Amino acid sequence: MLYQGKKMTGWARSRLVATGLAAVTVAAVPVVQAQSSAASSKAHVASTTIKIAIESNSNMQNIETLTPEFEKLYPGIHVEYDSLNENNERALVETDITTHANEFNAVMISNYETPMWAKNGWLVNLTPALTADKSYQINDLLKPIRDSLSYKNNLYGVPFYGESSMVYYRKSLFKAAGLTMPLHPTWRQIEADAAKLNNPSKGVAGICLRGQNGWGENLAVLDTAINTGGGSWFNDSWKPQLTSPADEAAVKMYVNLVRKYGESGASQDGFTQCEALFGEGKTAMWYDATVAAGLIATSYPKVSADTGYAYAPTGSASGAKGVPSGWLYTWSLSIPKGAPNQAATLKWLEWATGKQYIAYSGPKIGWANIDPGTRYSTYALPQYKAAAKAFAAITLASIGAAKPNDPTNPGVKVPYTGVQFVDEPWFINLGTEVSNNISAAIAGTESVTQALATSQAEATQTVKQAGLLK
Amino acid sequence: MATSLDNRIHHKRGSRQWFLGHFWTTVTWVIALFLFSPVLWMVITSFKREGSAYTDPPTLIFHPTLNEYSQVFSSGSGAGGAGAPFEHSLVVTVASVALVLLLGIPAAYALSIRPIKRWRDALFFFLATKMLPYVAAIVPIYLIAEHLGLLDNVIALIILYTGFNLPLAVWMIRSFLLEVPREVLEAARIDGAGLRTELMRVIFPMVLPGIAATALICVIFTWNEFFFAYFLTAFNAQTVPVFLSHFQSTEGEYWALLAAAATISCLPVILAGWIAQKQLVRGLSLGALK
Amino acid sequence: MSDLVDSTNQLEVGRGDVVSATHGPTSKKDGHLRRKAWIRRLPLLPALIYMVIVTQAPFVVTLWYSFRGWNTETPGSNKFVGFASYSAVLSDPAFRSAAVVTIEMTASAAIISMLLGSAMAILINRTFMGRGVVRTMLITPFLVMPVATALLFGTTIYDPYFGLLNWILSPFGVNHVNWVGLYSMPSVVAVLVWEWAPFMMLIVLAGLQSESLESLEAARVDGANAFKTFVWITLPHLRQYIELGLLLGSIYIVQAFGEIFILTDGGGGNGSATTNLPFYIYNKVFNAFDFSQAAAAGVIVVIATEIVATVTLRLLSGLFRATEVMS
Repeated sequence: MLYQGKKMTGWARSRLVATGLAAVTVAAVPVVQAQSSAASSKAHVASTTIKIAIESNSNMQNIETLTPEFEKLYPGIHVEYDSLNENNERALVETDITTHANEFNAVMISNYETPMWAKNGWLVNLTPALTADKSYQINDLLKPIRDSLSYKNNLYGVPFYGESSMVYYRKSLFKAAGLTMPLHPTWRQIEADAAKLNNPSKGVAGICLRGQNGWGENLAVLDTAINTGGGSWFNDSWKPQLTSPADEAAVKMYVNLVRKYGESGASQDGFTQCEALFGEGKTAMWYDATVAAGLIATSYPKVSADTGYAYAPTGSASGAKGVPSGWLYTWSLSIPKGAPNQAATLKWLEWATGKQYIAYSGPKIGWANIDPGTRYSTYALPQYKAAAKAFAAITLASIGAAKPNDPTNPGVKVPYTGVQFVDEPWFINLGTEVSNNISAAIAGTESVTQALATSQAEATQTVKQAGLLK
Repeated sequence: MATSLDNRIHHKRGSRQWFLGHFWTTVTWVIALFLFSPVLWMVITSFKREGSAYTDPPTLIFHPTLNEYSQVFSSGSGAGGAGAPFEHSLVVTVASVALVLLLGIPAAYALSIRPIKRWRDALFFFLATKMLPYVAAIVPIYLIAEHLGLLDNVIALIILYTGFNLPLAVWMIRSFLLEVPREVLEAARIDGAGLRTELMRVIFPMVLPGIAATALICVIFTWNEFFFAYFLTAFNAQTVPVFLSHFQSTEGEYWALLAAAATISCLPVILAGWIAQKQLVRGLSLGALK
Repeated sequence: MSDLVDSTNQLEVGRGDVVSATHGPTSKKDGHLRRKAWIRRLPLLPALIYMVIVTQAPFVVTLWYSFRGWNTETPGSNKFVGFASYSAVLSDPAFRSAAVVTIEMTASAAIISMLLGSAMAILINRTFMGRGVVRTMLITPFLVMPVATALLFGTTIYDPYFGLLNWILSPFGVNHVNWVGLYSMPSVVAVLVWEWAPFMMLIVLAGLQSESLESLEAARVDGANAFKTFVWITLPHLRQYIELGLLLGSIYIVQAFGEIFILTDGGGGNGSATTNLPFYIYNKVFNAFDFSQAAAAGVIVVIATEIVATVTLRLLSGLFRATEVMS
């Protein structure tokens, strides 16, 4: 029972106090139990402890709770996790690896870092060990994901989960407005629907889009719109294209869309905030990572049955056709070169990304919630097919359609790899600066033209410093 | 004469004074409640369930629960349990503050009661080190810690925090020592008291409240330090602020859980500060600068 | 640093001699005197040596790397490059913008905290009902962990949909305002003020409580009204407390990191409106992975800080006159 606002009555107050007291006594018990169980787990002495740096998302939290199963299978190995948020986990891991501190036995990185770090000789080549172990079935890993974690045809990371991007929408709101969402929407359709569904007086936005600064936040989503709109970061001779007509049109479309029909405060919103807004029914549409499908299905009963799924929007602001635009991303696990206890770490890596982990975790965490986008066999599991039938096919096809080596429209050639990033070491810094400008444009403290002009100058300086542009 | 005049004026102004007095009392209360409301809101939110923590408009009436608190202590909350970070913070705080006092009290003595020649230079040096932009030193400190095998080790934090707080502590303790009346010291010396007696019997009891104030302020800054704890620790030395920062999760908004974790994290220092507020007033004014 | 020490030296030589002469030994033997001087210095040495090591060792390492070109993303870049990192930092517009942001943020947060803190100190320096409770409430923000403050302001206070601020202001026509995005600098400054106003209050309160009642009484007898008494008696008395508060507050506020890190991640406004110098250096380390440019920026900031510190410490003459009288 929930009393809102100022409607507190004397009766309610006394009831409140009574239940409060009850809650105190009841809740005190689990606290004590939790402490004693923590103490007993500490007493357990293991011969090898492996330490793993992970990104703090819910899938990783699940594996933390399921790890006792691994420790039961391999009694000699104890696993500890350090979970950090995205930007800082990466920062700490890179500092650790480049200074050879070897604080971590395994690290969670992505397809952005893995090929570059493999090239620098910082990671252990996993192909020999994983092909030797037939039960791991290395070829069961999705090919685009496997390729994105490879350097010179050798695997330097194994995917924990993989994702592309897709549109989530509220079927009931579409129905009430007399609209239908096609399976393959265009940006123009999204814009028109958002305009009709935007209803600030009822507290429902037309669409939720990321505006938060960060190369992995607003830029990830925006880049897919730029690619399919015919734009790019650089042309084939590394000249920055951020002020080109195609880029400017795509950015204007994105910024106008979110400013006019998007959520309030979009410039502060990333994946987390949009997830919560969609889950609380505060937005009619949401375009983001495919991995959110499992979260909606399991964590947001308010909207889960009412959610429809569609492919990432394509095309330019003027209505020209564009390439399928879903991104390609994977949180993957690698072993830093020189880290101790590599054999034990490898055992954990195989367990965490293996076929049997998916089968084991399904009943524990909910089938719709398992780590998606890594193995073909997952998509053949009858339980998963049943639980995720509304979105599993879209995820698999979107990952399959992503082309990191040729991310933009036919005829637009680029010298870099990556859909929603440029796979170069200097990109994080540039991406952070550009994302700050985009965030300011979304907040409205700067115009799109200004933001892009500043970004273009920063990009030019960056590629010049890197010696790519004269 | 003056008093009777005063009384008459008071009498005349009586009702006006009464009104003004109540007016200012009300203003004070409103300001205090306004500035306190974020803390109050944190505590209120911590007793909610997630569903009522995240509503528009904010929910004021709800069934309080300790659910989130037990979550904070259980290790399944995605940030590990709160137990280990509390242990680390406690060790770091106690050790570092003890070290600060151990080094700071003699130094302050040498700068006040029996001052060395260039006491002023030394005092300036201490204050100047406090002004150094410590973020600038993260790379060298990281590399030095790694070289000494002190990464993810409470010892690294103890060494650093002692350095952060020592300058302020020397300044504060020094000003308290200066408050010891000269006559008392002279009297003790005439009585033939040795240095040890002078220190233990005369000076120490007089400055004990001041030392407590200094320790309290060092405890506040040590318990709350975030930057170095964040970048130098992971498993074996993670402190409470770092633990708390993990509640800024990348997926899902968990405001009630966050509020519960924040309340628990702040509680020791808030309670200490409340209990010793008189010392805080004296301590922060560097012994009132007389 | 050395500049600061040298100049004060000359002033102090004479005084120091007087001090040691009055309390010093009667023996005229040089060796004995020197031994005495060392015994006097002995208690200071551990702390002094400790601070020299803790602050200077990292500085030497910083200096070393500032002349190398070490970017961890580029293997083989860890070699001597002269002043290249310095010129890269000095020609970086983001560095200049960060310097401006640092000054704006520190000055506005310190001054507003002081105004608010003084007002609070004056208000609670009376006897009234619930004074203890009010004082307890007012000092609490200073005790709250800054990480907790930033996290809670960022979510439960500033959120445009579910935040307390929008709800409180909604009767005044405020509707789902994106505080952190539109007003990022004021949002950060507000958090800093909330944290530091109690600190200022405590210092000013100590000043008010140390004011002699006689001089106040005398002023009243002389017919001065409350306002005049405040301006002519109380304010001059408070001056050194206000200076001390601004000095200590600025020392901490200029280093603000966690608040920015959690609330804005350096962004907002014109792109990097809340990137101050500490955050700029953090970005150089953990986004650009350019350890050498970070080191160069660090050295520049240290030099600038020392210049500012020297000037400030001299300006705050009152502070040191006060300490001089005592010895």
